[in-house]
Amino acid sequence: MEEPIIQLRSITKVYRVGVETIHALRGVDLDIGRNEMVAIMGSSGSGKSTLMNTLGCLDRPSTGEYVLGGKLVSAMKADELALVRNEEIGFVFQSFELLPRQTALENVELPLLYSATGGSASARRRRALEALQRVGLGKRVDHRPNQLSGGQKQRVAIARAILNNPRILMADEPTGNLDSATTTEILALFTALNHGGQTIIIVTHENDVAAHCRRVVRLRDGRILSDLPAEEDAEVAPYVAGARETQRAQLEAQGAAA
Amino acid sequence: MKLSGFFFLKSVSMALSQIWANKARSFLTALGIIVGVASVTAVIAALTGLKAKVLSEFESVGAARLYVFPNRPDNAPRTKFPWEKCRLNVNEARAIMEQCPSVKGISPIVDVPMSVESDSELIEGMSVSGIWPAWHDAVGRKVLRGRPFSAIDVDTARQVALVNQAAVDELKLDREGSGGVGEYVLLGGRRFLVVGVVETLQARMFGMNSSQAEIFVPFSVAEKVLSGWYFMQFVALARGPEVAEEAQAEIEYVMRRTRGLQPGDPDTFRVAAIDQYINQFKSMAAGVTAIAGGIVGISLLVGGIGIMNIMLVSVSERTREIGLRKAVGATSTAILLQFLLEAVTLTVLGGMVGLVIGKAMAIGLTLIPGANLEKADVPIWAIAVSLVFSAGVGVAFGMFPAIKASRLDPIEALRHE
Ligand SMILES: Nc1ncnc2c1ncn2[C@@H]1O[C@H](COP(=O)(O)OP(=O)(O)OP(=O)(O)O)[C@@H](O)[C@H]1O
Ligand SMILES: [Mg+2]
Repeated sequence: MEEPIIQLRSITKVYRVGVETIHALRGVDLDIGRNEMVAIMGSSGSGKSTLMNTLGCLDRPSTGEYVLGGKLVSAMKADELALVRNEEIGFVFQSFELLPRQTALENVELPLLYSATGGSASARRRRALEALQRVGLGKRVDHRPNQLSGGQKQRVAIARAILNNPRILMADEPTGNLDSATTTEILALFTALNHGGQTIIIVTHENDVAAHCRRVVRLRDGRILSDLPAEEDAEVAPYVAGARETQRAQLEAQGAAA
Repeated sequence: MKLSGFFFLKSVSMALSQIWANKARSFLTALGIIVGVASVTAVIAALTGLKAKVLSEFESVGAARLYVFPNRPDNAPRTKFPWEKCRLNVNEARAIMEQCPSVKGISPIVDVPMSVESDSELIEGMSVSGIWPAWHDAVGRKVLRGRPFSAIDVDTARQVALVNQAAVDELKLDREGSGGVGEYVLLGGRRFLVVGVVETLQARMFGMNSSQAEIFVPFSVAEKVLSGWYFMQFVALARGPEVAEEAQAEIEYVMRRTRGLQPGDPDTFRVAAIDQYINQFKSMAAGVTAIAGGIVGISLLVGGIGIMNIMLVSVSERTREIGLRKAVGATSTAILLQFLLEAVTLTVLGGMVGLVIGKAMAIGLTLIPGANLEKADVPIWAIAVSLVFSAGVGVAFGMFPAIKASRLDPIEALRHE
């Protein structure tokens, strides 16, 4: 079998707030292979975002080993991690995180600003344009974020994330701020990218979103509760402890959006 | 870590758009820098103009002119060098004339206070100067009407006088269109024939005398009335500006020999070239520049604190942005540089605006009538120094906010409201 891109071994993450100690991750082992599309689910506070930040090299685990593409990133220094984030990881955030005064194109170009190998200004521009075309926004390059819809903003963010052809594309609740029709669009885009060979990890509360993935990892209280192919997960989902909370959160989210 | 040229270009353009987006705030922030740079530019322009003016005046006066003064050495016992030994003697002027090949001419100048009387006017205690004919050349003062002194006037101690135009006016000598020539004046009770009228000096450079009237008599005449204390100096003319230094050395040598000074004895006189006055003026101008620099330093300090404050605000406003930049791969150094560049862009822009205002003020100065500043201009070095200082303020005061930004944790920053 091919070596997995991501290998997590006994990852823990401990936060200290005042005298309190919070165990956000309590020993996670996880392998993710090339071209997988994985959903990470779990109730609020179960450690999804913490796991995601660790996977995305935004944060280092308290203990445990993380090997990304053969490199032991859990032992890297901050500047090395920045380089890994720049070249090997693409992030998509729930709230898009676009720079308001920059055009779509400039937003997409952003990662190239911090890379030493971006090529000439025109090469950078061409790459950013290609990325925008891949997400279907080839005609909106000069629009600023406030001139774009929510779905379009998230497309710009996805274009930015895939610009450097990262090993992994990570999305923390990418559809959390979108309506259901737009959610479907964005998921279709992720699926297309995945069919194009992109490894994708999506953190989500929504079973519909998870259903688009091929594998679903469920967390509870900082541990992996289940790790199943999507079809199987759908069958057991109603019986998984904590699913009710998940549903409640989902309802709340919908209520808030309405 | 390697950063591309694109990074720096883009950072500056982002800084500019950031400044443009907060126009009013940026302007107010940079005001300290603007005012500081504008005022120093104007002060330097004024000094430059004044210097050019004064130097050109010195030049017209001639760089070949030398003065000899009595000078009691500092730190020397009064008993060893009493004033009488320092005082100049007219024989020393003769010795200089005979023994200094680089000296073209020399004249003693002795000032004697006398009462001066014309037919209608009486002026008490007016300074009358005794001179040799070489005086005309040495100080470069031509005769407007009549004739200059001749050697015969001096040798035979003729009772003739030269007056300047101011004296003609004050003594009301200009009767029947004579312009003063051929009139008589009474000096200390003796009748003197006015043989010539010399031009009145413009404003005396460092003098404050309210009366500009001057009367000159042959040195030999003045000598007769000298008794007790008097002040004598020599004015000499070198054969050309290029031998002024040789002439100075020769005079010093002859003076020491005439006075019998032993090696190791200090000079009991002083020979001054016009150069030394120029240097004095230059050092005075440098002093004023330094004071102006100090004032500007304070305003830059105040401006810098404003910059620091606004950059801290900017960092906290843009915390999420910083988080995102780090998430897409910005290192701490990259973030640090971006915020530093932003601060520097702001201060350098402020410096440029200040320079423009300063230049405008300099142009304004040249238009003030009678201010002697028609040559006021902003020199290139002042532009360079202003910009370097502005950039320096940006670096110095932008550093703390930039470090703060660079140290932000990406996750914390992204979670910031
Ligand atoms: N910076 C932090 N300091 C202290 N505690 C933290 C910090 N970040 C996360 N935690 C804690 O770690 C636990 C896991 O948080 P995490 O954000 O990973 O949950 P999550 O699964 O993403 O939840 P949600 O679905 O609400 O986003 C929570 O108890 C949270 O309070
Ligand atoms: Mg979360």
